[in-house]
Amino acid sequence: MKDYSYDKRKYILSGVVILVFITYVVQLFSLQINSEDYKTKADSNAFYKKTVYPARGLMYDRNGKMLVYNQPSYDITFVPREIKDVDTLELCEALDITTDEFNERMARVKNRKLNPGYSTYTEQDFMTLLSGEEFARFQEKMFRFPGFYVRKRSIRQYNYDVAGVLLGDVGEVSQKAIDNDPYYRRGDYIGLQGLEASYEKALRGKKGTEVLLRDARGRLQGKYQGGDLDTAAVRGKDITLSLDVELQQLGERLMQGKIGSIVAIEPATGEILCMVSAPSYDPSLLAGRQRGKNHKTLAQDKSKPLLNRAIMGTYPPGSTFKTSQAAVFLEEGIITPHTSFPCTGGFVFNKFRLGCHPHSSPISLAPAIATSCNAYFCWGLHRMFSSNRYSGTKEAMNRWRDYMVSMGFGYKLGVDLPGEVRGMIPNAEYYSRHYGNYWRAVTVISISIGQGEVALTPLQIANLGATIANRGSYITPHMVKKIEGDTISSEFTTPKRTMVSPGVYEEIIRGMRLAVTDGTCHAANIPGLDVCGKTGTAQNKGKDHSAFLGFAPRNNPKIAVAVYVENGGFGATFGVPIGALLIEKYINGKLSEESEEKAKNIQNRSIYYGNEER
Amino acid sequence: MALAVMGWLAICGASHSYIETSFLDFFSQDERSGKQALWIGISLIAGLILLCIKKHTYQNLSALIYIAAIAVGILTIFIAKDIKGSHSWISIGPFSIQPAEFMKFATTLMLASYIGRREFNINDTRELVKCIAIIMLPMIVIVAQNETGSALVYLSLFIVLYREGMTGIFLLMGISAVVYFVVGIKFNEVMFDELPLATGPYAVTVLIQIFSAAMVKFWGKNNRTFLVIALVNITGTLASYWIAVYLVEFNIMITQYLLLAFNVIYMLLQIRLRKEGRNLWIAVYILGSILFYNSCDYVMHNVLEPHQKVRIEVLLGLKEDLSGAGYNVHQSKIAIGSGGLTGKGFLNGTQTKLKYVPEQDTDFIFCTIGEEQGFIGSTFVLFVFILFILRLIMLAERQNDVFGRAYGYSLASIFFFHFAINIGMVIGFVPVIGIPLPFFSYGGSSFLGFSILLFTFLRIDADRDHLRR
Repeated sequence: MKDYSYDKRKYILSGVVILVFITYVVQLFSLQINSEDYKTKADSNAFYKKTVYPARGLMYDRNGKMLVYNQPSYDITFVPREIKDVDTLELCEALDITTDEFNERMARVKNRKLNPGYSTYTEQDFMTLLSGEEFARFQEKMFRFPGFYVRKRSIRQYNYDVAGVLLGDVGEVSQKAIDNDPYYRRGDYIGLQGLEASYEKALRGKKGTEVLLRDARGRLQGKYQGGDLDTAAVRGKDITLSLDVELQQLGERLMQGKIGSIVAIEPATGEILCMVSAPSYDPSLLAGRQRGKNHKTLAQDKSKPLLNRAIMGTYPPGSTFKTSQAAVFLEEGIITPHTSFPCTGGFVFNKFRLGCHPHSSPISLAPAIATSCNAYFCWGLHRMFSSNRYSGTKEAMNRWRDYMVSMGFGYKLGVDLPGEVRGMIPNAEYYSRHYGNYWRAVTVISISIGQGEVALTPLQIANLGATIANRGSYITPHMVKKIEGDTISSEFTTPKRTMVSPGVYEEIIRGMRLAVTDGTCHAANIPGLDVCGKTGTAQNKGKDHSAFLGFAPRNNPKIAVAVYVENGGFGATFGVPIGALLIEKYINGKLSEESEEKAKNIQNRSIYYGNEER
Repeated sequence: MALAVMGWLAICGASHSYIETSFLDFFSQDERSGKQALWIGISLIAGLILLCIKKHTYQNLSALIYIAAIAVGILTIFIAKDIKGSHSWISIGPFSIQPAEFMKFATTLMLASYIGRREFNINDTRELVKCIAIIMLPMIVIVAQNETGSALVYLSLFIVLYREGMTGIFLLMGISAVVYFVVGIKFNEVMFDELPLATGPYAVTVLIQIFSAAMVKFWGKNNRTFLVIALVNITGTLASYWIAVYLVEFNIMITQYLLLAFNVIYMLLQIRLRKEGRNLWIAVYILGSILFYNSCDYVMHNVLEPHQKVRIEVLLGLKEDLSGAGYNVHQSKIAIGSGGLTGKGFLNGTQTKLKYVPEQDTDFIFCTIGEEQGFIGSTFVLFVFILFILRLIMLAERQNDVFGRAYGYSLASIFFFHFAINIGMVIGFVPVIGIPLPFFSYGGSSFLGFSILLFTFLRIDADRDHLRR
């Protein structure tokens, strides 16, 4: 006796079963095939990509002395999601911070404005750059703080307390840099200033990764696939600088208590032997945990120690510029070495008068350079601008400008340091904009003595010295001599010629030698070194700037030096003795006893600059 | 036939230990897969023994087994140790046994043999109540053991009653209750754009209108009744909505309730006029629905335990709680989702191996398949399960007596419920209810329990011709 009345219900029930099956398969499809999302989530769950940081390249000076090296330091990081039952008080004790500091750090990490990369799943920086001892104390108790990790890093250490502004510093990468270069991740370190920044790519090496498996509780369970996916970190390249660290030390010593700059170049190679920007600072101030604080202090200092005045400061070159003028006038045939101009206490033209100091008159080129006669170069420029070989003042002006540019003025030289400025060399259009069409040589006459609109960086002045020493050519000045396993830019090996012929430079050198033996640079007359030089006393709003441009020896010069001391008075006051000491130190390898006395004397002479922002 | 099911069982058993060995790498899990293999052995032996017992013996002993099982169940409440708040495990030597798993067998047997009596008539209310009592009694015992999830399994036995002729209205009520609950709670906080009114209650009233109209259409004998109800409700709802939005703003819930009241009164009038008994049920349904819906909120906030409430909220997408209540499901979705088309390969699952998914060898076992075998593998497992369930339904249908059929359906319902809820919860469709996936999840009691259910049915099926002889 079967009851068939409800038999069709089996179809309804089977239908429901099949419906559920189809629904589930669809859901499986959408989970497993339609969505990549879950796959990435699974990877971020299970894979812990540990970054292996390479050692940053070291820096040596030209004599192989190590300047910059690395010391291990430790970062404490944490994964917010994994922190459970951590005794805050104990943690603070282990890290030697207060609970307030702890809370502040936590708040800073969790603030998405300050830390856009915040995620509870990934490693966040808690405290960075702990020293070995600090870390050792924390490590003892680390097992009690689940969710906290350690990342080994290295910080820069310095063997010498000089050249801070050249070596630069290393700090945490900014968001902007991360956006520009996908190599960087939040918390990475990057060269921020100086050579650390300009040779960042060589110095940084290549980060490696270790792919580790991590379980639900955040415990690492070993390498994934036996480490097959790991990539090794590649050590950064070491670089050898052209810097002579002893020369640099002497330069910074001599510039104590003064503001200004010294640049010394090896003329034959364009290698920068020393580059002082005063006031200077100890580079180790900007490494390690005190970096932030120290950086703030330095940045707020009114004398701007972070500014590399050698390439970022522009000054009127003053009389050092006269050497370049002589070159133009001779090359253009405006004057000959024997041309004499009268100087009766200055350059007088109609009602215009530009003063000079007493010396014999009339005067020819070499003694004009030696005594730094203003009138001579003013007459020279005046004659050039009224010469009928040009269609007019404007063409003469631009011709003059072309000469200047060929000597490396008015544009960046292209030194391998960040932040170089171009200085100022005016052209005809510049003056026409200011004076309309009614300007004459006399209007712009002060450019001939390195005043007025002309502005050069100390590096450009030094480069002028190197150019003269080379008799008309120069190699772009640079700081780096050698990069490990790499070549330096061809820019730093190819000579550039100026528009002036070598013979002309001989005449100038004659004058510069005369300046040392019988002229303004008498103090630089070091026996046996054959120094050639030119003083500069640049007028400005305050006291005159003291400048010196020189090289030695006269034949096959080894060093060209430019010294610029702000408000130092006559060129002979600070410029000449400082330049002379550097030349002596570099060529002789040491200072004589007498010179050492002089050095101490100069070192102890401070210039009062007042409280003004500079 | 027996061979086919046996074969399937073998595959299941094999794939089961296959999956279990994926934990071999990890210290303590070693023991677990070993234990499970042992349970499989025990189950097979028990199954073979059960195969030797004749069908009518089962039938005759059903009452005894049932009473014994209930007694053990009650006893368990008092002697069992407290494991995560539930009192459902008895320790015998190194093993723990969950009597609830065997109560399923007892209840199924009892229900089937009760329905199988010659004089049984399901449309007799008293008999129906007794059937429900048979189902409810073990449920109460299990709830008392604090294993609500397992207790819910017994609800699936209502499917059997439905097959045996119980009016479908109960199932319909069940389904509409779930729909009202989901819609009502999910949209309770969502406001209409135009009106200061929560969408939830309004949508529920509209649903009640639609459901009741459909019921009139399919069960009522008078087409005119349906037309009147449909016309009045549609015009009433639209008109009041239109007026409220464009003319005068008023609480349209009032008109909704008025319309429902109209429906009820109209139904009752129809009973008087046309003697349509079924309309009474529909009227009751409407009233019941309104009552039910309004009690939902109360239940949600005052009756349910906080963890249950959160689970429901997470499932409905009202709350995202990835580290708390939603963690299991979120992680299991990640694990399954990361499997892709072909999976990561046996033993290569990172999510399951590294224990991101909790309970991954018991309730969340399906994650392992999803991750390691991918879409193809997991779909295959689903497919085999469905074939198995459909096969059970087929086998049940070919039984010559009601006892066999009822037993077969009970089996199919229980398997289906476990399958649907377990997989559904792993892939994020139903709330997390801790019930195992038959033959897959780790757990000796459940494996043995399912084996007993299955082997008994095999024997019953083998004896199906006895009556004729």
